[in-house]
Amino acid sequence: MSSETTFVDFKSDTQPTWCPGCGDFGTMNGMMKALANTGNDPDDTFIVAGIGCSGKIGTYMHSYALHGVHGRALPVGTGVKLARPDVEVMVAGGDGDGYSIGAGHFVHAVRRNVDLSYVVMDNRIYGLTKGQFSPTSREDFETATSPAGPKQPPVNPLALALAAGGTFIAQTFSSDVQRHAEIVQQAIEHDGFGFVNVFSPCVTFNDVDTYEYFRGSLVDVNEDDEVDHDPADFDQATERILDPDHEYQGVLYQDPDSVPYGDSHGLGEDMSSIPEGAPEDATDLVREFY
Amino acid sequence: MPEDLNWAIGGEAGDGIASTGKIFAQALSRAGRHVFTSKEFASRIRGGYTAYKIRTDVERVQSVVDRLDVLIALTQRTVDENVDELHPGSVVIYDGERSWEAEVPGDVVGVDVPLKHLAEQAGGAIMRNVVALGAAAAIADFPLDCLDEALRKRFGDKGEQIVDGNREAARLGAEHVREAYPDLNGRTAEYGHEYRLERTDADYVLLNGDEAVGMGALAAGCRFYAGYPITPATDVMEYLKGRIERYGGTVVQAEDELSAVNLALGAARGGARAMTATSGPGIDLMAETFGLVATSETPLVIADVMRSGPSTGMPTKQEQGDLDMLLYGGHGEVPRFVLAPTTVGECFHKTVEAFNLAERYQTPVYLVADLSLAVTERTYEPGEFDMGAVEIERGKIVDDDEVGEWLDGQGRFRPHADTEDGVSPRALPGTVGGTHMSTGLEHDELGRRTEDTDVRVRQVDKRDRKVDTAREREDWSPREFGDVDAETLVVSWGSNEGAVLEAMNLLEERGVDVRFVSVPYLFPRADLSEHVEAAERTVVVECNATGQFADVLEHDVLQRVERINKYTGVRFEADELAEEIAARVDGEHEPDTVGGSGEVQAE
Repeated sequence: MSSETTFVDFKSDTQPTWCPGCGDFGTMNGMMKALANTGNDPDDTFIVAGIGCSGKIGTYMHSYALHGVHGRALPVGTGVKLARPDVEVMVAGGDGDGYSIGAGHFVHAVRRNVDLSYVVMDNRIYGLTKGQFSPTSREDFETATSPAGPKQPPVNPLALALAAGGTFIAQTFSSDVQRHAEIVQQAIEHDGFGFVNVFSPCVTFNDVDTYEYFRGSLVDVNEDDEVDHDPADFDQATERILDPDHEYQGVLYQDPDSVPYGDSHGLGEDMSSIPEGAPEDATDLVREFY
Repeated sequence: MPEDLNWAIGGEAGDGIASTGKIFAQALSRAGRHVFTSKEFASRIRGGYTAYKIRTDVERVQSVVDRLDVLIALTQRTVDENVDELHPGSVVIYDGERSWEAEVPGDVVGVDVPLKHLAEQAGGAIMRNVVALGAAAAIADFPLDCLDEALRKRFGDKGEQIVDGNREAARLGAEHVREAYPDLNGRTAEYGHEYRLERTDADYVLLNGDEAVGMGALAAGCRFYAGYPITPATDVMEYLKGRIERYGGTVVQAEDELSAVNLALGAARGGARAMTATSGPGIDLMAETFGLVATSETPLVIADVMRSGPSTGMPTKQEQGDLDMLLYGGHGEVPRFVLAPTTVGECFHKTVEAFNLAERYQTPVYLVADLSLAVTERTYEPGEFDMGAVEIERGKIVDDDEVGEWLDGQGRFRPHADTEDGVSPRALPGTVGGTHMSTGLEHDELGRRTEDTDVRVRQVDKRDRKVDTAREREDWSPREFGDVDAETLVVSWGSNEGAVLEAMNLLEERGVDVRFVSVPYLFPRADLSEHVEAAERTVVVECNATGQFADVLEHDVLQRVERINKYTGVRFEADELAEEIAARVDGEHEPDTVGGSGEVQAE
């Protein structure tokens, strides 16, 4: 089936309940294209989704999937991948799920470098709970719970990933589906933790970080002729990720020597397959206690 | 005169007390003697009193008692802590050169051994505990070659020189006792004690509850373990690390317990037999995900090795205080199985069973042990762990060919199909045509979110029906002991079994008959109505303050029971338990307050 698989095969028959114009449509389309383009098949793909508008994605895609509890999608995806190296694992969530309640897991998932991809739909707002500030909201962004702005600097997810030892750090824009799909594809192909922060605008509750804003401000580090960026250059990546004046899209950093967790830990077996009784040499386990 | 010998070594944390005790326990096991050990320790690496106690007999031993025959005291505090357990004729080994003269009760026999000095003579002061082991061996007429074997096991990987040095240290300790105290046996005999650690031809294995859980997991095909270090569950993880890899599995040390249970959940969704183990504080965190495990119908084994709570409580102390949490914890109504092994050996068997139940019913299983089981090293015939008898049943996993039977009209797989027995088909990732999602949201048969009232009711009923099915299909019988016609029924759960059994022997000597029911299945559980009705009085024994299982039993049988509760942080000792039960039989005990804390034992 793989040779004929197209992105439509990754689409379920459930109609999304996202608001018309939501960035998550474009994000999801790009993910489905990337999965199809990398030769994956729904039967061999596992999507793990968190909680929030973004978390609904598992329902709208067609594959094996688990929609977990808030903030814990990365540990679930890590568990699936370690147990089943033969399965393509993609974890999806939002900025609240990944950088607030799940921030602790994010840091450790990054440094563990398990061979999976993590796509975060970053809309800089809490949408499903109807408009409270998120960890990536601007310092002066007015919401129901921050009438005068959160008055705390937003999390810089790319910097967080870089500091945690990330081996693939990228940013995309849901509206630029072509580039978004290409970059997610690179994240899938990367040997290790492929992290993609996607600007996925909320048209209902965020009137600051809009399509217009991103369209006008994003600089593509890989495609823009004015930018000479080498993703393998850690210092360049650091400079751009910490650049206070610009927002970038593209692959900001990729460690060409990345060794995924499974390789460094000698994993590779399908753990779902076990014998019908105790292992043949199990009596040796008892003998150890003599 | 008792046949068993109660031995202990105590000192400061960091003195190597636990490893020295373990060497002696292993030596006794190699000599064909039964061993039952306990530890008293603080949650720190250095400083604080710590002790390792061994009860040994040629017959089976399954509890600690309130008596010490031979004590190696590295500090005065060791003597002070144990002074109530010493008796006329007890022997205390101490090092008079370590700038203190042990103050021991007058009728206790003090044996001064220059531990440090002799250890240095053997090659290094670090071996002073082994000198003490040699001295203890000489006192109890225990063959040094058994000790040699245990020393080899402990130090073998450090080289022949280290092994030889330790052997020499033991020999010097034994020689000193024989030369300096030629009439030691005569002195203890004055008090009616003659200590002899006879050897037998029996061949035993020696292991603790955490190791038994770990071994059970490997036997049952567990391939994925995720956990966060916590006393007293860490030994499960440390046992598995280095062994699970032999079978293609892995141990992941997670960043916290939230992650640990989700890692294990992910592996289980991938089709691996997966588990995590923790203690109370970790169980609290895992409660978040427990409901998801249950509603997504994922097989998962979660071990809770209980310790004293609430909050950080007493991390190195015994308690059975998590029962309510395990039976009822988590928001909403969550089907579950709760198994509580009653002995170290049962930790193995119940772990195997937990994995089978989890997969057969696609339901989370709490495996409940406690600190007493975790830190107790106990001897068993190796046949207790019969690997040939281990059966692995994976339940309704469907393959590529079987998927077709479980599709809806539009060819979609139904992972939560509403079946007669409540158990749905399970397609593992990679199964062609089995793609599906699941979620912690209420869902339909396809795993899609729903708020449809009919579907909601059907799915709740379906999940609960799995428990009903399990009630019918599985054997939830308790373990029965003693005289079925006895007036007094004692009920207990978890690790108290051994202490109750030994208390029964003591009670029998006093003419008190007891029927004892030890409950390993807490949910689903056996109906004990007939047991309670047949008895004059029912006494529930448990290591907590409020009597959590007593409450459960009263609710089940609609009748009041009496309670023996202990929440000092120390497990029941057989002799004190016999006194407590006898007091209730003799009517000397005030009836327990309704719903209250029952009688409390102060140490």
